[in-house]
Amino acid sequence: MSLAQDILVIDDEPMVTQAVVKVCRAEGMTVTAVDSACRALRCLQENKFRLVLCDIMMHELDGFQFIEELVRRGIQTPVVMMTGYSTVEIAVKSLSATGVVDYISKPFTADELLTVILRSLRCSMLLDEAESVCLPSNGSMSYVPCPADYYRFGYVSWVLMEDEGTARIGVSDLFLRAAEGIRGFELSVPGEELVQGTPCAVAISMDGSAHGIMCPMGGKILEANVDAQSTPSVVEKDPYFRGWLYRILPPNPESDLRWLSL
Amino acid sequence: MLGRKIGFKLTFGVVLTVLLAIGIFAFFNIQSESKSLLTEVERHANQLSEAVKSDTEYDMLHNDRERIHESIRRIGKQESIDRIRVFNKSGEIIYSSDSTEIGKMVDKKAESCYRCHLAGKPLDRLEKQERTRVFRPYQDSSRLLGIINPIYNSRSCWTAACHAHPQTQTVLGVLDVTIPLIEVDRNIRRSQVAIVIFAVSAILILSLIVGFMVRWWIDRPVKELLTAMTHVAGGNLAHRVEVNRDDELGMLARSFNNMTESLAQARLQLFQSDKLASLGRLAAGVAHEINNPLTAVLTYSSYLLKRSQGQAETCDDLQVIVSETIRCREIVKSLLDFARQTVPKKRKADVNEIIGRAALVIENQLALGRVRLVMDLDATLPKVTVDANQIQQVFINLMVNASDAIGENNGSIEITSKAISLHPKGVLQIKRALCRKRHDLVDRRVQIDSKPAISMRFRKKKHSGIIHLNPMYGSDEHRLNDMPALEEDVELLCPDCSTSLIAEGELCPKCSSPIYAFEVPLKGLVQGCLHNGCGWHRWEQVDSGWNDEFVEVRVADDGCGIPKSQVPKLFEPFATTKGQKGTGLGLAVTWGIVDNHNGTITVESEVGVGTSFIIRIPVGS
Repeated sequence: MSLAQDILVIDDEPMVTQAVVKVCRAEGMTVTAVDSACRALRCLQENKFRLVLCDIMMHELDGFQFIEELVRRGIQTPVVMMTGYSTVEIAVKSLSATGVVDYISKPFTADELLTVILRSLRCSMLLDEAESVCLPSNGSMSYVPCPADYYRFGYVSWVLMEDEGTARIGVSDLFLRAAEGIRGFELSVPGEELVQGTPCAVAISMDGSAHGIMCPMGGKILEANVDAQSTPSVVEKDPYFRGWLYRILPPNPESDLRWLSL
Repeated sequence: MLGRKIGFKLTFGVVLTVLLAIGIFAFFNIQSESKSLLTEVERHANQLSEAVKSDTEYDMLHNDRERIHESIRRIGKQESIDRIRVFNKSGEIIYSSDSTEIGKMVDKKAESCYRCHLAGKPLDRLEKQERTRVFRPYQDSSRLLGIINPIYNSRSCWTAACHAHPQTQTVLGVLDVTIPLIEVDRNIRRSQVAIVIFAVSAILILSLIVGFMVRWWIDRPVKELLTAMTHVAGGNLAHRVEVNRDDELGMLARSFNNMTESLAQARLQLFQSDKLASLGRLAAGVAHEINNPLTAVLTYSSYLLKRSQGQAETCDDLQVIVSETIRCREIVKSLLDFARQTVPKKRKADVNEIIGRAALVIENQLALGRVRLVMDLDATLPKVTVDANQIQQVFINLMVNASDAIGENNGSIEITSKAISLHPKGVLQIKRALCRKRHDLVDRRVQIDSKPAISMRFRKKKHSGIIHLNPMYGSDEHRLNDMPALEEDVELLCPDCSTSLIAEGELCPKCSSPIYAFEVPLKGLVQGCLHNGCGWHRWEQVDSGWNDEFVEVRVADDGCGIPKSQVPKLFEPFATTKGQKGTGLGLAVTWGIVDNHNGTITVESEVGVGTSFIIRIPVGS
């Protein structure tokens, strides 16, 4: 494991990869940059990486074809997708794809990039641990997965469909642990319209980084959890029950549910 | 060419019918008139013949032949009598007003004899109506009427002293009187001429009147419609038919005008959506192309900013680069958002602060153009729930426009902000309206004041159609397609499912007319009065829970102003007053942002004096 590099960045725009390399190296991370998905696949075959940062719109093999290829080859390195053509559809498709832990839209500031990379690295570490420990009975689980009946949006957020046609949404334990210590939440107000695949709330971590929480389902906010806003620890301790974020009225839950997994 | 005209066909048809009718009438009229004249002459001849017979009877009984000769000659001299003759049994003329004929034999086939002698055996008796005959003695002479009066044998005849006739004889002889018909024929001809003159003049006058009426009532309006259709077919959708009549053609013209208007609107809509679609493609392309270089700029500059903490001057400069690159990112994103109409990310924010930031951004541009910026901001302004980046974009757009309008004339821009309170009526737009079966009544194809209208189907007796209501709450304006007063007996239906939209058992508290009702999702029932001009509306949930606090920002310049004709198109995409300099997107994006914040934007402008844009944003919950 010690031989593994931290990050493999793929983008056909050299200016972008150079900038990413510079920022990450300044933080002491080891980075390799390639300009195509084919080169990236060769790199991954030869070396180990803890995280892949991959552009979507590329010639030859695009980002989505690249992650399909990873699954086919059994490479389990977590991927962060990035794109300059940031639409809701692409965000949703990226986050719901197998192997993708996060999504970032270009252009980004150094801080925004680092926040996503550091969170994703920790996320990948937590996922690794969970797989290697594999002892659910001793209670030393590194994170608590979503309960049954909860729909999961990537590794970020969850939805619980309620009987009245409303839905409750919240943030996953894995995301909160990867963000490392939440200082507070910024929530939207009731009456606002949420869109799946756009940030619906911001979690501020102890170091002051802002972590956008991607909305798992669109709809009008009926209620925002005041407890989450006043005492953020409620969300950290019990993210699936008392720590919900919003109660919403989804106009067409069926189409949004297609992108979620149970 | 003439034969193809509807007016000509109609006139021709009517004239032909009249010609036939008057012709038939004239024919039968002449027939009956000649017949009655002839009957009169016949009666007269009969009387005359009987008079001659009775006058000569006594002399015949006494066999006084000289007196009989004298009587017949005397009577026959009268002008209205052609001649009087008496034949004996063997056909010899024994008495005649023309003495040269006396003693001559007449053949059985002569016109005066053949009626009785037609069959081999002569008739014993001749009925009165069979006694007369009309004939011409020569080919070219005038007509004559002859009447034969048989002289029957009687007791006094065979018992007379002269014993001239035996008892076995039935008919002793025949009295034949002929009368000239020249006068009668002249009368008949005169009345024939009169009737023909009448018929011809009647047909002429009638065709003139019919022709005129057809021209006035049918030809002209049809021609106007035809011209209008040619215009519309040629693409001139602004052409309208002048309507000043209430008949079917007037209604047709009105419907035609309505149709053209709808067509023009649909075309505009199509044009706009087409522009939006190309804008969307453009935005997608631009976003992808620009975002990559922006990524490098933003990442490096923010990285540098992090590393140069402590060097105040460098930090400040880098901060400008970072924040302006972020603004670029938001502009590119707003291009995408505009094409995709996504929702803004709203947080509580201070509008004055946003104005300040916007002013900072274009400070240099204003300084270069020597434009003075005057700000009069209300320090007690409440915070509003808005997407600060989008609202900043709005102010920047408006200030850039203002400075462009001022040009090089050393003008000034004045920005004022204040808190105002507004009644929901006239401010709140109904964006969704549902019938009882939850069909949306908002019709995006029809717009009133560039807002999608609420459409309802109406039915009243024979009339039916679609009404378009102005979606502004409290507005009394609606656009009707040719319909009478709405109030009574009218049905209002959902255009999709024909569910009634009339509120049963409820009447307008102001004028007691029926009222309509529809639901706005999550915002309750909206009711309105059907009476045109009453204007009563109720939206309980809004009326009771309305937060009337608004923030009003006015961006005024003393620039060149906008011509009145361009004002309605100001907020359409690609409508620019700056020629090559502008993209025509600024105000379209601005309008979209303000609308997404449930706010309103209005313009006041006068050419040569200046322009003011007034933005009102609800403070919100």
